[in-house]
Amino acid sequence: MHSFGYRLNGLLTFSVTILAIMCAIASLSDNLNSRSPSAEIQVMNINWFQKQPQANDEVSLTMNISADLQSLFTWNTKQLFIFVAAEYDTPKNSLNQVSLWDAIIPAKVHAKFWIHTSNKYRFVDQGKYLRGKKFNLTLHWHVMPKTGKMFADKIVLTGYSFPEEYR
Amino acid sequence: MDWQGQNLVEQIMQIMLLVFAVIAFVAGYVLGSFQMMMIVYAGGVTLTALITVPNWPLFNRHPLNWLDPSEAEKHSKPQVAVSLKKKGTKK
Repeated sequence: MHSFGYRLNGLLTFSVTILAIMCAIASLSDNLNSRSPSAEIQVMNINWFQKQPQANDEVSLTMNISADLQSLFTWNTKQLFIFVAAEYDTPKNSLNQVSLWDAIIPAKVHAKFWIHTSNKYRFVDQGKYLRGKKFNLTLHWHVMPKTGKMFADKIVLTGYSFPEEYR
Repeated sequence: MDWQGQNLVEQIMQIMLLVFAVIAFVAGYVLGSFQMMMIVYAGGVTLTALITVPNWPLFNRHPLNWLDPSEAEKHSKPQVAVSLKKKGTKK
């Protein structure tokens, strides 16, 4: 430590190492958070339900999505990425998951919300199996941290189904 | 800086950085603000740098007394040893 440069280098290296350890501990502290999210989705309307020419089924629906995800936020959370997916099975695929809508929630105050929206992304089946089909709507969320590990989880809501005939 | 000063400065630097890291983490966790933790820690690092890095006179209170040049001339220098022949070595 016998020159200005040596001391400065030692200080910067040590301080950055300690910063890395602080960030690791901050990420671990996220595990102490007890989470209690809730959500509800109502399908207000099936706007149209058609077969694409010579091809697959397509449906457009309007949903009312309401959720309270405030308990997922911690001091180390940058934002919450959420999306709604429809899940169902067909003879062709044992599990289909189609993403219908997503959003980024940047702060805790915005995490309690409701939104009335049609599906942001097209709902197209791989085949023609949607008539009368029962499906689940799942709300997934990814808690994106400021530093460290990202957590992802979901709520599954069951009981939705398509009409028997095209409209 | 003299040797004792260097020793002291190294201890001060390590202790101050650790203390500020703990204070910053606790402040950030309690206030629920990551930004607060970063601000307090950055302030702590700057303060530590100001105290330990420049060559303050406080750290020069035990200077080494090098031998006077006139004293050194009175005593004979050690003899240079005869060096062995070295074969050319590849680097």
